[in-house]
Amino acid sequence: MTRTDPHDVPRPDARLHFGVFFQGVNHWTIWSDPSSGSQIDPASFLRVARAAERGLFDAFFLGDGLRLRESEGGVHELDVAGRPDSITQLSALAAATERIGLVSTSNTTFNEPGDLARRLAGLDLLSGGRAGWNVVTTHNAWTGENFRRGGFLDHADRYRRAEEFLSVARAVWNGWAQGAVADSAEARSWSVPGAVGRVRVEGAHFDVDLAPTLPRSAQGHPVIFQAGDSGEGRDFAARNADVVFSAHGTDFDDALAFAEDVRRRLRAAGRAEDALRILPGTEIVIGATEKEAEEKARWVRLHQVTPAVALGIASRLWGFDLSGRDADGPLPAEDPVVAAYEGRFGTRWVDDPRAVVAEWRAKADANGWSLRETVIELGPQRGHVGTPAGLAEKFARFVRHGALDGFNVSPYLVPDGLDDIVELLVPELQERGVYRTAYTGTTLREHLGLAPVA
Amino acid sequence: MPRPALHLAVEIDGDGAHPAAWRRAAHAPGELLSPRRLARTAAAAENAGFTLVTLEDSILPPGSADGTGPVGRIGAVERAAFAAASTSVLGIAPVLATTYAEPFHVSSQIASLDHVSAGRAGWVVGTEEDPAAARAWGRPVVGGADAIAREARDGLRVVRDLWDSWEDDAVIRSVATSRYLDRSRLHYVDFEGETYSVKGPSIVPRPPQGRPVVLAPAGLVPAELTDVALVGGPTPAGAGAAASAAGAPLAFAEVEVALDAPRETARERIADLERYAPWEGRPDRLRYTGPAAGLVELLADLAGRVDGVRLRPLVLDEDLAVLSRLVLPELFVRRLAARPLPGTTLRTSLGLPRPLSRFTTAGAAAPAPEETR
Ligand SMILES: Cc1cc2nc3c(=O)[nH]c(=O)nc-3n(C[C@H](O)[C@H](O)[C@H](O)COP(=O)(O)O)c2cc1C
Repeated sequence: MTRTDPHDVPRPDARLHFGVFFQGVNHWTIWSDPSSGSQIDPASFLRVARAAERGLFDAFFLGDGLRLRESEGGVHELDVAGRPDSITQLSALAAATERIGLVSTSNTTFNEPGDLARRLAGLDLLSGGRAGWNVVTTHNAWTGENFRRGGFLDHADRYRRAEEFLSVARAVWNGWAQGAVADSAEARSWSVPGAVGRVRVEGAHFDVDLAPTLPRSAQGHPVIFQAGDSGEGRDFAARNADVVFSAHGTDFDDALAFAEDVRRRLRAAGRAEDALRILPGTEIVIGATEKEAEEKARWVRLHQVTPAVALGIASRLWGFDLSGRDADGPLPAEDPVVAAYEGRFGTRWVDDPRAVVAEWRAKADANGWSLRETVIELGPQRGHVGTPAGLAEKFARFVRHGALDGFNVSPYLVPDGLDDIVELLVPELQERGVYRTAYTGTTLREHLGLAPVA
Repeated sequence: MPRPALHLAVEIDGDGAHPAAWRRAAHAPGELLSPRRLARTAAAAENAGFTLVTLEDSILPPGSADGTGPVGRIGAVERAAFAAASTSVLGIAPVLATTYAEPFHVSSQIASLDHVSAGRAGWVVGTEEDPAAARAWGRPVVGGADAIAREARDGLRVVRDLWDSWEDDAVIRSVATSRYLDRSRLHYVDFEGETYSVKGPSIVPRPPQGRPVVLAPAGLVPAELTDVALVGGPTPAGAGAAASAAGAPLAFAEVEVALDAPRETARERIADLERYAPWEGRPDRLRYTGPAAGLVELLADLAGRVDGVRLRPLVLDEDLAVLSRLVLPELFVRRLAARPLPGTTLRTSLGLPRPLSRFTTAGAAAPAPEETR
């Protein structure tokens, strides 16, 4: 493989940033292998976070889902599930790690800003300025059944509430002036008079009056991530986020198109193009040779997409229960049933089931694929497969062409699924000058190369 | 051999029980909000031999009536999780109020604290009584003692049910049937209260202790929903009577303590702080001021009347050191109290059984998970 000439690209000095996403809910995490560990034991989280820190990752990332996913009339049984409250888990990791960023996915619909901003600021202080917040807006009535207010929010309002939520949070985080606490026990009072402000907001979504209880952290306040893919979501990111956690990181052209779309929205929002990092979620399978990598990827896919998982994915695409069918046989003959989506299975993965089924049929026929093979080849997926050197070349091209700034990597095995990346891929990236060789800062904002908070 | 009777808890919020305690703290005032200081305090309590620390909280600033005290505080759950990861045998119980907070979140937070601490979590059921808390939350005021008690009670019911909603063995990892979970061992809680309903199940697997230890001020919530009643009285006999009346499996007396320190007596230390703010006494708390030996005698007396104490030291940095050097060792030697044993859960330290999930299918008694991991 020829190496890219680093001077012949738009961003010759760009560096790749890695986060690790400990997922805990979905079929990407293989649980059937003997090396698969606990999804809830704190030792698993610590093992992954420490591996990532050894690999000089920017961040350790936890997701959020406020109701257990359901399928075929009950709790979904096929995939890993059951995870800790993210801020609680991350506060524990803050005590057991030194440098890595700690990012919590937290929802703006079923939280209140005074409370959540305070929890995130606490994590930020306890970690010495390493906290991040992935702002998500899941709002369906089905999730709302776990909360006092139920499903109270219109779809159209999800980002309006999120935006107002974030502005209250920022006001809470900025409520204390620098040096707000007395520097001596002899002072007249613990806080310097006038240095602690009040936050008063009467908005469309919030009526809040509070006294913030925390100073700024070493990085000012938590780094803002955003993970919605709709146009509204991308605009929200362009106005408010420091990092976009996207789903566009497998195909170069798709990644570049997404990045250019986001940069266009950034300009429209009046922000600099380098004010936002783009970190798509991905999976990385590494082998010593291309052939070994392909074989390993095959093993991974077969363990992720068991016959039952294949039927579950097909059921959600076709819109009715296919669990009795033969996954190793042909695709169901029926047409998909398109119904309103209630959110029982997280974010909907396709917009137009009819079109997707038509494409599946055509390709399955052409290749002689079973339903399971079709799901493996064409179903929800993302990821990169290759040798350490081959992947390093590929990723260098992605980042130097501005298609992305790095990846949020989901290990397919917990807790040791990051080890290959840390031990084999990172050195190759370092050799090519696209990856740090030591942490140069202490805060998440510094790791990401973001400007200090004003 | 039966474990000694008196369980020892200590409140480690802020700089101490006195509103001006920060003026005698062994650190710069702002250091109160640092991770180093929290880790140091938790380690001091653990090394002293306490079974449990509690962490006060509110969305409102702690403060003092005259506005000169500390107005900063990190959330109790975040502090508890951080402290859990920096200790190994200490029980840790943050205050959380369901007056405004979502019971679903409270359940997840405490369950997660139990996971990160390998079974050392407790929950002190709190209330937000000040209407200013409603404005800080941005929610309608819950006004009046009855409504506040209702929200505490309903919140506790929901939280307990959510902890029970995963049976202990719900994760089956059955490769043969392609199932990670057995949905028949997961349960909708279908809570219907006066003001809201909650569906469930929890998003967090059952905590290591089954249910983390629930502590609550006596009389706030139905005693049968709690493990430890926090009781008080101006005298040991009064505390003992309150303990008998509480009806919970265990009762801990609230005791404020100010001890003679190497260079100054307790009285001198209090007098020093009284220059800034008064230390108002409360009828529902004992208060001890004086030499360490006198506190040992008081605790020996209380050992026959209550199951434990929660100490509220005047100044943490000063009184924890005296407790550690002179009080707890004496209690241990006299077998009035004992250190928690490494690898045990808080429930085990307190002599409380591990509860089965109330949804567990009759007859199918679930095995208790291993005590140590
Ligand atoms: C890569 C990625 C990861 C996401 N992770 C989560 C998550 O952990 N929890 C969650 O509630 N939503 C998650 N979401 C979806 C967001 O909730 C999003 O706010 C929601 O789908 C509505 O926004 P949209 O309509 O802009 O997509 C994720 C989305 C993407 C693209």
